[in-house]
Amino acid sequence: MTKIDTNNPESVLPTPSHTVGPWYGYALPFEGGGDIAPTGHPETVAVHGYVYDGNGAPVPDAFVEIWGADPDGALSTIDGSMRREPFSGGYLGRNGVEFTGWGRIETDANGHWAVRTLHPGARGESAPYLAVVIFSRGLLHHLYTRIYFEGDEGLSGDPVLRQVDAARRDTLIARRQADGTYRFDIRLQGEGETVFLEFT
Amino acid sequence: MALTQHDIDAEIAAKREAYYKGLAEGAPVEHHPRRDYAPYRSSALRHPKQPPINIDVSQDPELVELAAPAFGERDITKIDNDLTIQHPGKPIGERITVEGRLVDREGRPLRGQLIELWQANSAGRYAHKIEVHDAPLDPNFTGVGRTLTDGDGWYKFTTIQPGPYPWAQHTNAWRPAHIHFSVFGSAFTQRLVTQMYFPNDPLFPYDPILQSVTDDAARRRLIATYVHEKSVPEFSMGYQWDIVLDGPAATWMEEGR
Ligand SMILES: [Fe+3]
Repeated sequence: MTKIDTNNPESVLPTPSHTVGPWYGYALPFEGGGDIAPTGHPETVAVHGYVYDGNGAPVPDAFVEIWGADPDGALSTIDGSMRREPFSGGYLGRNGVEFTGWGRIETDANGHWAVRTLHPGARGESAPYLAVVIFSRGLLHHLYTRIYFEGDEGLSGDPVLRQVDAARRDTLIARRQADGTYRFDIRLQGEGETVFLEFT
Repeated sequence: MALTQHDIDAEIAAKREAYYKGLAEGAPVEHHPRRDYAPYRSSALRHPKQPPINIDVSQDPELVELAAPAFGERDITKIDNDLTIQHPGKPIGERITVEGRLVDREGRPLRGQLIELWQANSAGRYAHKIEVHDAPLDPNFTGVGRTLTDGDGWYKFTTIQPGPYPWAQHTNAWRPAHIHFSVFGSAFTQRLVTQMYFPNDPLFPYDPILQSVTDDAARRRLIATYVHEKSVPEFSMGYQWDIVLDGPAATWMEEGR
């Protein structure tokens, strides 16, 4: 039965996860999904990379959602990430000035994704990071990870990075490229497998 | 040799048996599918083999993951929750209404949260032009909707009963009719993507995606309930499907926006 009796806490049990499947492409991704940074903002950072499967093959039917603080470490409560146009029902896109902190980006046919957002500020004891959730065909339950930035202050003291084996810590740190962008690949399985997170 | 339904059935039965044996020996109830579920072949190379790093959210109220993005009236239009009026003509098929409450693990309503859905048309065809299943497209049905939950956590969609469709994992593989849901809560850790099914579908036992939820009670929570009082007279069949978002206990203390 899926009429939940909220007066009976024993019956309030989680709705199970399911794979996003292969046919989300016309439903979930939206115009400008990866353009989180307000236009021309000086603290814009571009992060991009590939999603790979256990054979090292790129995954063309995955998407990531990114959620991060603004450069002062504050979390946005502004809506409008996927503003819509009320007459045709199409996407208007972000307005270019407000920072919502959230975006959704699908991998392309090469398994590549890219986001432009603001370099987040630090909160609490953590080094600055972007929270990430990954969905794909074949993945029965989404995966959480984080994007930290090479060269940021506080990486060595970050409570989560400190929990991770030194040999795997690098999978959580985006590498600064010669062109100023950051590279962050996600390996779902096998050699160099990304560190995934669980929250309890 | 082509993989048969019989092969998949045997694998599903073995997974279920192993799960219930574990339960009897004291293993915890599993509310979600394991990411490593061989009867669904696409999971083979897409599940991590290393255990996740555990984060105890009660240790740090500043975690980014304890908050969630905001969505509002700008992110939806008035016709987004009625999939039958998004085109000039009426879509083909049985009209249905699907409504329910979005709550957290404490049973408290999650207000003003975004729910997105997508589905095949009444012939079992997604609107993708490159779809492999050659059932007819319906020019009056796209199969995409979104809405915000109201002040009591309720959502409601008007749509068309989706058809089952073949998906070619094995010979004669059919997905039971379902609607895909994408749901946001008041914390990033509550994010959920799942699928809703319809009561009494004869395809349930054959579908490795549904059966990946090996716990019988958990699997039943994916099946909507037909509620006669919710059928709209002379208009639609009414289903209720409540959604409970999982997540660490500390996020249950957060009030929904
Ligand atoms: Fe589907």
